[in-house]
Amino acid sequence: MTPFAYTAVQTVASPHAHGGNAVSRTMLRVQLALTPATAYAFWLFGWPAFFLWLITLGACLLFEFISLRLMGVPHIRRTLGDSSALLTGWLLALTLPPWAPWWVGVIGAFIAIVIGKQVFGGLGQNVFNPAMVARVALLISFPLPLTQWVTPLPLTTLAAPGFIEGLQITLAGLPPPDAMASASLLGYAKTELSRGSDLVQALAAGHAPLISWIGIRAGSLGESSALLLLAGGLFLLATGVIRWQIPLAVFAGLAIPAAIGHALDPAHYLGVIPHVLSGAAVLGAFFIATDYVTSPTTAPGQLIFGIGVGLLTWVIRTYGSYPEGMAFAVLLMNALTPIIDRYTKPRILGRTRAGKPLDIPAKKGA
Amino acid sequence: MGLMEKLFGRDWGIHPDDHKRPAADAVTRTMPVPERLFVSLSQHLGAPARPVVLVGQKVRKGERLADPQGAVSAAIHAPTSGTITAIGEIPAPHPSGLPVLAITLEADGLDAWADLEGLNDPFLLPPAEISKKVAEAGVVGLGGATFPAALKLSLSEKAKVTTLVMNGGECEPYLSCDDRLMRDSAAAIVDGIGLMLHATGATQALVGIEDNKPEAIAAMQQAAAAQPHIRICPVPARYPMGSEKQLVQELTGHEIPADGRPGDVGVVVHNVGTAWAVHQAIRFGRPLVARLITVNGGCVAQPGNIMVPLGTLVEEVLAFAGGLNSAPARLVMGGPMMGMSLPQARVPVVKGSSGILALSAAEVAERTEEPCIRCATCVGACPMGLLPLDMARHIQANDLKGAVKTGLKDCIACGCCAYVCPAHIPLVQYFSHAKGELSAQEREKLRQESNRKLAQSRAQRLEREAREKAEAAARRKAERAAQAAATPESQAPSNLPAPQGATA
Repeated sequence: MTPFAYTAVQTVASPHAHGGNAVSRTMLRVQLALTPATAYAFWLFGWPAFFLWLITLGACLLFEFISLRLMGVPHIRRTLGDSSALLTGWLLALTLPPWAPWWVGVIGAFIAIVIGKQVFGGLGQNVFNPAMVARVALLISFPLPLTQWVTPLPLTTLAAPGFIEGLQITLAGLPPPDAMASASLLGYAKTELSRGSDLVQALAAGHAPLISWIGIRAGSLGESSALLLLAGGLFLLATGVIRWQIPLAVFAGLAIPAAIGHALDPAHYLGVIPHVLSGAAVLGAFFIATDYVTSPTTAPGQLIFGIGVGLLTWVIRTYGSYPEGMAFAVLLMNALTPIIDRYTKPRILGRTRAGKPLDIPAKKGA
Repeated sequence: MGLMEKLFGRDWGIHPDDHKRPAADAVTRTMPVPERLFVSLSQHLGAPARPVVLVGQKVRKGERLADPQGAVSAAIHAPTSGTITAIGEIPAPHPSGLPVLAITLEADGLDAWADLEGLNDPFLLPPAEISKKVAEAGVVGLGGATFPAALKLSLSEKAKVTTLVMNGGECEPYLSCDDRLMRDSAAAIVDGIGLMLHATGATQALVGIEDNKPEAIAAMQQAAAAQPHIRICPVPARYPMGSEKQLVQELTGHEIPADGRPGDVGVVVHNVGTAWAVHQAIRFGRPLVARLITVNGGCVAQPGNIMVPLGTLVEEVLAFAGGLNSAPARLVMGGPMMGMSLPQARVPVVKGSSGILALSAAEVAERTEEPCIRCATCVGACPMGLLPLDMARHIQANDLKGAVKTGLKDCIACGCCAYVCPAHIPLVQYFSHAKGELSAQEREKLRQESNRKLAQSRAQRLEREAREKAEAAARRKAERAAQAAATPESQAPSNLPAPQGATA
């Protein structure tokens, strides 16, 4: 009668089916979404950018490995395989000046992985976005290499540094030649403002929005092409990796005050387009502020969080002493995440918002 | 349900692959009675039934084997004719595989019904008579909860419900027994619904059927066409649409309070399979001795729906269904979302068995648990509006109070959270564990409370006794003292020579 032998090895709780989503798949999709913009940045900024990216990623993996080893985690390969460290490194690399020396990447990786993540207990336990912790720590500790932007020299142009030259730039930390040194748009605007000049005139030449979309301008790897980053972000939305709340709220938080400021006083306030298309705005809205671990869990919470990030970015850019404020804004809102979560809990079915059971409705005819 | 609700979080539940076809489209088969049946005495919610037959006794099909015991319980009947050969323990159809009391019935091969009597005109009888008849037939909720149907009917009548919600949602993937029953026996179900309306005093019946079952919807619509108070309501296919609270809200718009029952909003919910069983019980006097079961899963050679006598072993059902292609990674009784994994295949089919699934390794998709990355997919999936990730965090830290505060008691264990979790965290297992812990703690608290009361009353009694003793002693002492005080006057003369008057 028995066509098969079956004995359950262990009792298992329901459900006995799974939707198929996996942490590694999610991470892979984010990396896939970053690839076009990153590849384009390599082409724009040449070999040094590639080397810096490679070193940052490698260092992140190495520090993750060392941390897991020291903590005695049993399945190091599997944990490394979830590629969260890789993604952290990737995001950090995208926020660095493309020609920054190798040690910037390595120190950044150490701060991100060891101090930003593993010290808190590893994946899922950190309060602050590790890549942003590293970025801010680097910016404050080493302001010079972190603000040396270069004009793009696409790989195909003759003046672009070759493979060996690129290695020298990254490894020997040669400062870029003066002819190539440039300022990012936000930095330029800040300088012009502090010199007392009028933004309308200062920006009249050379900073057309089209350039921002395409990305042929000075800046970090990740602020090169708004268009490609946007495409990556839309891919994440389409595949359900992220929800629309945070990106939309970040843009709203940034664009609305920018629009008001610019309308009132265009000489002192940058407009919506330069704000949204410059700096880390697009990268931040889609890839950094949406970090699961450090952002709120409910839809209303995510809206509040996103608006906070956008608004704080605008405030820091406009009134702060740094030209770019995305990293600071993200960290500040990370700190608020537990509180936002606390006050935006969903209403439980059959209960009031305060958690009391709903009243039993008075019965008709009873 | 405004725009706000749409934007913020009422997009509950999940849309799993339903795997219902081809099993749902295969013609229903009836399984012949096997040589031996193992009729469990715990086939319903509540206390196990009490056997009323003896070993060696001959019974006919439909004869009563066991009486209900206590308020929440149900009678058990012989699924075929034959001889009782044993009353003893067998492994339960439950993940634990713990023993359960069962009656072993050796079939005589005749499958002869006992003399049964149906009611010709049940609508002339008072509602309580219908409930009584349903109770006599041992009918329980066939959706899976196995709550005694008669009790639910009479309670609803007392609560004066107005709407009978019939659950034909069958939102669990793989299962199609309700679908099949509605396609094949729509008229019987509609008649059962009419009887239930009469028994509960409800004025309308809303039959919720998920829109992935167009054939069942058509069949039911046709069967109920002449009865305007029985409305067939297609509902969107979404898991867990068949959950009581969700279905009631979908069909009536009423939200059942957290500590309430459907009766509180004037509703009672029954499964369509139960309506079929009620029809059988009232019209023909036939007790519940067989049920339709979906046999499905990647390892099943010929998936489909089979009418199986209760007490048949799972392995026999699988063999009748056409056997297995390969050894299953997991055997499940019920659906894949809320069903129970079986410890082995030699366990009997019971009244609540809606399906037997032999799942392959690919379907089970067993993966190692990874750390939570707070992606909040579970928050979006939870049909109750809970925060599964926070609850799990509290439970991991052994903080049951925190888990309860985040809504542990509102969890319906539907499994949506664990289904979508990219870190493969067995969230339902955490919650079941915590609920078990919680009830153990509550029992312990009750025990301590009663101990404390006992000790207190003992102390009070001892104190009272001591006080009474002391009072009695004091009283006696006082009496003696009073006597002593009185003696010099009244008794002293007695010591003296008798007064002269006495002799005078």
